[in-house]
Amino acid sequence: MAMERVWPLTAEEQEATKKSSATGTPTVIVDDLHIVYKVYGATSAEEKGNAATALLRLVKRQGRPQMREVHAVKGVSFVARHGDAIGIIGRNGSGKSTLLRAIAGLLPPHSGAVYTDGQPSLLGVNAALMKELTGERNITLGCYAMGMTPSEVRAKYDEIVDFSGIGEFVQFPMSTYSSGMGARLRFAIASAKVHDVLLIDEALATGDREFRKRSQKRIMQMRESAGTVFLVAHNLDVIEETCNRVIWLHKGKIKMDGDPTEVIGAYNKA
Amino acid sequence: MSQPDSAVADAQGGAATESLAALAKRHGLRRAIARPSLPFYVGQLWARRHFVLKYATSRNVSKYSQSMLGQLWQLLTPLLNAGVYYLMFGVILDQKKDISNYTAFLITGVFIFTFTQRTVSGGAKSISNNLSLIRALHFPRAALPLAYAVQELQQLLWSMLVLIGIVLLTGEPLTLYWLLIPVALLLQLTFNIGASLFMARVGAFARDMNQLLPFIMRTWLYASGVFFSIPDRVADLPESLAFVQYIMELNPAAAYIELMRDLLIQGHTPPQWAWTTAIFWAVFALVIGFWYFWRAEERYGRG
Repeated sequence: MAMERVWPLTAEEQEATKKSSATGTPTVIVDDLHIVYKVYGATSAEEKGNAATALLRLVKRQGRPQMREVHAVKGVSFVARHGDAIGIIGRNGSGKSTLLRAIAGLLPPHSGAVYTDGQPSLLGVNAALMKELTGERNITLGCYAMGMTPSEVRAKYDEIVDFSGIGEFVQFPMSTYSSGMGARLRFAIASAKVHDVLLIDEALATGDREFRKRSQKRIMQMRESAGTVFLVAHNLDVIEETCNRVIWLHKGKIKMDGDPTEVIGAYNKA
Repeated sequence: MSQPDSAVADAQGGAATESLAALAKRHGLRRAIARPSLPFYVGQLWARRHFVLKYATSRNVSKYSQSMLGQLWQLLTPLLNAGVYYLMFGVILDQKKDISNYTAFLITGVFIFTFTQRTVSGGAKSISNNLSLIRALHFPRAALPLAYAVQELQQLLWSMLVLIGIVLLTGEPLTLYWLLIPVALLLQLTFNIGASLFMARVGAFARDMNQLLPFIMRTWLYASGVFFSIPDRVADLPESLAFVQYIMELNPAAAYIELMRDLLIQGHTPPQWAWTTAIFWAVFALVIGFWYFWRAEERYGRG
């Protein structure tokens, strides 16, 4: 076993050469990553939630029960390379989204590290836009936040509206949108930029069939220009179609990592 | 490529750490989350100037989008504020005996203090209120407190319109000193940005701050000579306590208020070092605030 410990350098690279689609150089390295985040407002059954119990807690020098730490990712390591399309599967709460956010550099690691080539971009359904504002303002704001200039935004604006397919609703506040429309607009905004490393978190789950087709085509295009694509989806067919490698996360740890058919087969049996 | 569980577990052991880090180094990969150098950070922030402006305007728009009068409230809010404070302190408590043009004195104080107060309170909440945005998109986090400061600046410009109207109505003449108004506001804005960056980091990690802040702000309001003139108030103090006046006048909020009163009201005498104090606080707050905020850049968003 001691000899095999050099694995990330040698065996992994040999394996990579066997893969036709993975062309060598690493784009994302996740090194023994742990993510712990704090959740506020969680209450336990005993907590009565009045001032007296809060004072008692202070006197007894106990921590705030409303503040809980969630250990979402527990020591994950892997190397992703150019041309890889990696699917991440696992049950709800297994740490998939958290892992993507950490790769995107949006959640700081508790310990371990994520190394990336260029700036990864995350396309998620949760990408926050301002609900009270019109779609139009949200497009501009989102593009500016991604670092575009006003002229770039003007050039991309019509394309974004067309792609999202929300039509005249672009003049309405986003609070009036259906969840599918909101997701479509978010996806259209986020995919308006060219990305080095692309992380897609369930962005295709919402929206109708026609939009799903359109966005899958967009992802294919982006995969060709982007080095690496990560895809989180509960729809295993999508993963099997688009990915050349699948990582199965279970309770914050990697349970299996490898060929899509094998991993998905094992996942379905579990 | 599929590995048995034991091999994966082994790869995640302690020994793998070093080689993965070495592999990353060999291929020139950088840590996904690392604090950029200060000059680079300033550059990144400059590149997001459109975001800051658009975010500020959008927040101002959405703030009133539910009301029938809409953006008119940007003008109505300061007007009503001026009315309430005048009724309270000018009529009911009748503070005005020793102060020339108490109306202008009071309204200037209230508006200038409100600018600082709202920017700093907004800054303290700017990180915790935008966690989802922070966790979704990559941008220099200082853009958020900056956007809150710009939003308050936009509101202040409306308030200044009201203020200048009131000052002219109370019979103050238009003088060349008025040309210095933008300079005074710029100094105050600089201080506000610095203070709000500082409070943004404090508020991001110490959440109880948001409960405490209103009380701190109110204490600050009462200590800044908004409703009374500081020299008058300390005149009765014994000789040994004379330094209290200097301490109160060194307070940044008092400095900016006095500066504006000096420019707008002819019969008003500001403390000797008002300009020096104002410039010192602006530079000091911006440098310390920006540095302090940047030091924790990679930790915002952890909650």
